[in-house]
Amino acid sequence: MLVVAHLVLRGRSKRWNSPVSGGVHGTRRSVMFRVREHGRAAPHPPMWHRPPRPIRPVTRLTGVNPYLTVGGAVLAGILLFVAGMAVRWLVAPQAPTAMKFKTYECGVDPVGEGWAQTNVRYFLYAFLYVIFAVDAIYLFPWATIIRSADLGMASLAEMGIFIGVVLVGLAHAARRGLLRWV
Amino acid sequence: MTVDLPMPRIGPLNDDAPRPIKIVLNWGRRYSLWVFNFGLACCAIEFIAGSMARHDFIRLGVIPFAPSPRQADLMIVSGTVTDKMAPAIRRLYDQMPEPKYVISFGSCANSGGPYWDSYCVTKGVDQLMPVDVYVPGCPPRPEALLQGIIRLQEKITSETLSSKGMRAKYAGSRRAASGEVTRPLLSKPEVAGRDTAGVPS
Repeated sequence: MLVVAHLVLRGRSKRWNSPVSGGVHGTRRSVMFRVREHGRAAPHPPMWHRPPRPIRPVTRLTGVNPYLTVGGAVLAGILLFVAGMAVRWLVAPQAPTAMKFKTYECGVDPVGEGWAQTNVRYFLYAFLYVIFAVDAIYLFPWATIIRSADLGMASLAEMGIFIGVVLVGLAHAARRGLLRWV
Repeated sequence: MTVDLPMPRIGPLNDDAPRPIKIVLNWGRRYSLWVFNFGLACCAIEFIAGSMARHDFIRLGVIPFAPSPRQADLMIVSGTVTDKMAPAIRRLYDQMPEPKYVISFGSCANSGGPYWDSYCVTKGVDQLMPVDVYVPGCPPRPEALLQGIIRLQEKITSETLSSKGMRAKYAGSRRAASGEVTRPLLSKPEVAGRDTAGVPS
């Protein structure tokens, strides 16, 4: 029954797609327009008419201490690491050379130590990085909860304080001439 | 610099494993080849084409662009190896973990190719380290690389790793290092009976 209905429907759509259908010797484009006029495909409501999706609460195991969940995740991570290293030790071949124990330095001999000094004036880059990048890290998660009923207004005030503090830093950077081009 | 090197060995589970387990381990090795791309010249473009969607060697289990030799199983030397680059290639090969494989990709890496008579081109990367598969061509097409990878996988399938075999393979050769493939600067040859100083070549 279903197969027959499927074949009939397919046959109809085939006939619509053929250029000699229904006495209208139109192109495929005009056929498509006619299908739409008949309202076969229900048009989607425009995006701005849809109600906002409700915010789903964070999934959480009921009746379990959240710290226990975090501890379980940490334990599973440690176990995975230990298991991976143990299997590697049990299975992998090893024939190390002296060069293998050296620090990887893109194929050249490593020079100096791991610790190195940097000129203090580069702190300005770190400063601007904190202002712009770390700022954005905290702004994006905030955007997901700003419409929630319980946290919305409180988070608005808190983020206002945070952005205010960051803006003080930005004003300081501007006063020192760090934002000038060249 | 003296370092006490441990004896070459294979993991105890692999050494004493029955044959089906070894087959499974070889199967895992040949389909998870993290490749360290040593792209030195135009052959590297063909290698990159091989890694892209049309030829796509990832479907063979070859995962391109390992972050460092420490994460790589396979080194594909694609391009002209010069004597100046030779110590770096040797050093990076030494820093790869075992089991490690090398594919020499293209005429230059095979034998020096069109630059066979140059003063500074290494006559084949097999002068620096053992090569498993040679892919001929100048440059080879990406399909040739796919064929080379399949040949390497056949080789991995048929190999049986054991501590005894590894000790025989690496006996006396583990002292090889990048210093051995570093050569001094060349000087002009002395021609007997002729003053070559100041004569433009």
